[in-house]
Amino acid sequence: MKLKGTQILLKILEEEKVEIIFGYPGGTVLDIYDRLYKSKIKHILVRHEQGAVHAADGYARATGKVGVCLVTSGPGATNTVTGIATANMDSIPLVVFTGQVPTFLIGNDAFQECDITGITRPCTKHNFLVRNIEELASTIKEAFHIARSGRPGPVLVDLPKNVMAAEINYDPAKIKFRNYDTFHKPAPKKMAHVYEMLAHAQKPLIVTGGGVILGKASAELTALARRYQIPVTGTLMGIGSFPGMDPLWLGMLGMHGTYYANMAVSHCDLLIAVGVRFDDRVTGTIDTFATNAEIVQIDIDPSSINRNVVVDLPIIGDTKATLKDMIKFLTEHNYAPQASYRKEWLDQIAIWKEKVPLSYCRDGRFIKPQHVIETLHKIAQGNIIVTTEVGQNQMWTAQFFPFDEPNTLVTSGGLGTMGYGLPAAIGVKCAFPDKHVVDIAGDGSIQMNIQELATAAQYKINVKIVLLNNGYLGMVRQWQELFYEKRYSHTDMTYAPDFVKLAEAYGVVGLRATKPAEVEKTLREGLAIEKPVLMDFQVSREECVYPMVGPGSSISDMKLGTREMIN
Amino acid sequence: MEKKEHIISILVHNKPDVLARIAGILGGKGYNIESLCVNTTTSYEISKIVMTTIGNQATITRIENQLRKFVDVIAVNNLTNVESIHREMILVRLNLSADSREQVTKTIETYQWKVIVSADAYVILEITGDKPQIDFALARLEPLGIADITRTGIIALELEN
Repeated sequence: MKLKGTQILLKILEEEKVEIIFGYPGGTVLDIYDRLYKSKIKHILVRHEQGAVHAADGYARATGKVGVCLVTSGPGATNTVTGIATANMDSIPLVVFTGQVPTFLIGNDAFQECDITGITRPCTKHNFLVRNIEELASTIKEAFHIARSGRPGPVLVDLPKNVMAAEINYDPAKIKFRNYDTFHKPAPKKMAHVYEMLAHAQKPLIVTGGGVILGKASAELTALARRYQIPVTGTLMGIGSFPGMDPLWLGMLGMHGTYYANMAVSHCDLLIAVGVRFDDRVTGTIDTFATNAEIVQIDIDPSSINRNVVVDLPIIGDTKATLKDMIKFLTEHNYAPQASYRKEWLDQIAIWKEKVPLSYCRDGRFIKPQHVIETLHKIAQGNIIVTTEVGQNQMWTAQFFPFDEPNTLVTSGGLGTMGYGLPAAIGVKCAFPDKHVVDIAGDGSIQMNIQELATAAQYKINVKIVLLNNGYLGMVRQWQELFYEKRYSHTDMTYAPDFVKLAEAYGVVGLRATKPAEVEKTLREGLAIEKPVLMDFQVSREECVYPMVGPGSSISDMKLGTREMIN
Repeated sequence: MEKKEHIISILVHNKPDVLARIAGILGGKGYNIESLCVNTTTSYEISKIVMTTIGNQATITRIENQLRKFVDVIAVNNLTNVESIHREMILVRLNLSADSREQVTKTIETYQWKVIVSADAYVILEITGDKPQIDFALARLEPLGIADITRTGIIALELEN
């Protein structure tokens, strides 16, 4: 069967069960868009290509499927870079199709030409420039395979216009590509080693990370922790992999981790890290991180092991398969924690929890951002997926919104990309139209991709934005307050649009709350309206995120804000 | 940890951007490629890259792990810690003058260097050896007046696989 490049692309997208593409047309992809006009695959026209990638990324994080984008060459392609780097840092499977000028013009500085494979080489898992029609089908197939196999990641496929217009005899049986699946099953002797370590440990602790969510290993991790009463803390990316309402959950560790999580890390004698790469925001100064503990690190990617923290027992393996093996081995060998030791450890943690719980000072006059987040959790009743922007809004969400399920917190962890939350929420809502999808935002971040309100309005994608509006770039201001003697250099953002009017201008509902008494009513109203809604909460301006571990400090050395006197 | 030279042998699919990826991962982490040799193997589809870089063992291990993650990398071997032989080659052009001709001819004979082009005004030598041997030859060639030189990167092969 003779097919054009554009037909082959759509055929394979259908075979890969792609339901939705986030994209933006342009000169070099006109032929593809012409095919798309008659296709069953849904396409969402974003208002900026960065939004397309974040939306596909949000869709991928919430569903576990590969997110797909389609953009034109040159500026269309370069606009995707921040989104691709965001997905790359958090190992999110994406396939990004970029248009390219015809192969005979490549290298000529043609109109809207850029070397996008060169630009994205360091921030993709892999990328391809398709040089001829013969390799088109296998390259697209391979791109999807690479994106989702092993440690997932974004793959970019650059499609020159003439390749897509060329014709070839398409034979699916002839599509061949290599298998990159880096599936590892750990050696049994590693399990014996873990058993030994657990048998000797008096104060074990699990650290769960993004690898548990990506590896769909939450059930196994939860079973392991509950069966053997091992407390669990998590990285930002690990939130939701263990139930946030479980008494064994200690919340997030690290720079804005809970007091008790950071104390547990510093005092534990065995730390089992699962799908964690020990980012500097997690460890604080490396020399003082978990100094009393032997460390087991389970990760699918050998390059994540021993990179930042030197571990005692590295286990290279798929998180789900490894945890399954571990539970099996421990069960077969009748592992049981020594009751007295475990009680002592859990009692100690309970004391820390009681001594410094997560808290904030309530105020009758001003809305506290933490109060907004707690109230949102209360009224959403679990039927919610939350995205965030980056900064204080993100950290308060991680602290004050308990997530019980994996894939329900969608946030840019590694790269920390402002402007992520709104387009990501649009992607999530496309996959889960019946759930509340709420972007918890700050007034700085939201302005970085505010144009996507038009996308939400056009397609009636009813995302909700909870804007914690303090008129500052809040997290940077917090650092200036704490470490730069309150010199608020270029962080005051009081000059901003009237967000309610702006929302209305986009065809979106705008609501505003200025007093604590209005918080719950506004949230209930906002969630109930069957339209995209932006809720502008004018919050207390100089609220800080606590606890906080200062730069260059040990994670046991925390600033506790108003509770400082206790420590 | 002690920094030393590491010779890393990498088997890759022979594709246009493979070398750029490998150079990128080293350059991005601040490592200089001290020497580099690339060519196809018995199969045109597969190339072998032999490169040397300086670093401590932990960092080199990290680089090796990063390299192994590349889709087009088939195998990565650090030849520094296994028995292996190493060779480099230089091509040297020495200009000849009435004054130098006798001295040059005598030196070439003494060290039994291979002359591959001999003309009235110059000779071109081909010398192979390991790094100390090449350095030794260069020290002897220097006084004779080197007009131009090309030195390959190190190639290396394990004694046993």
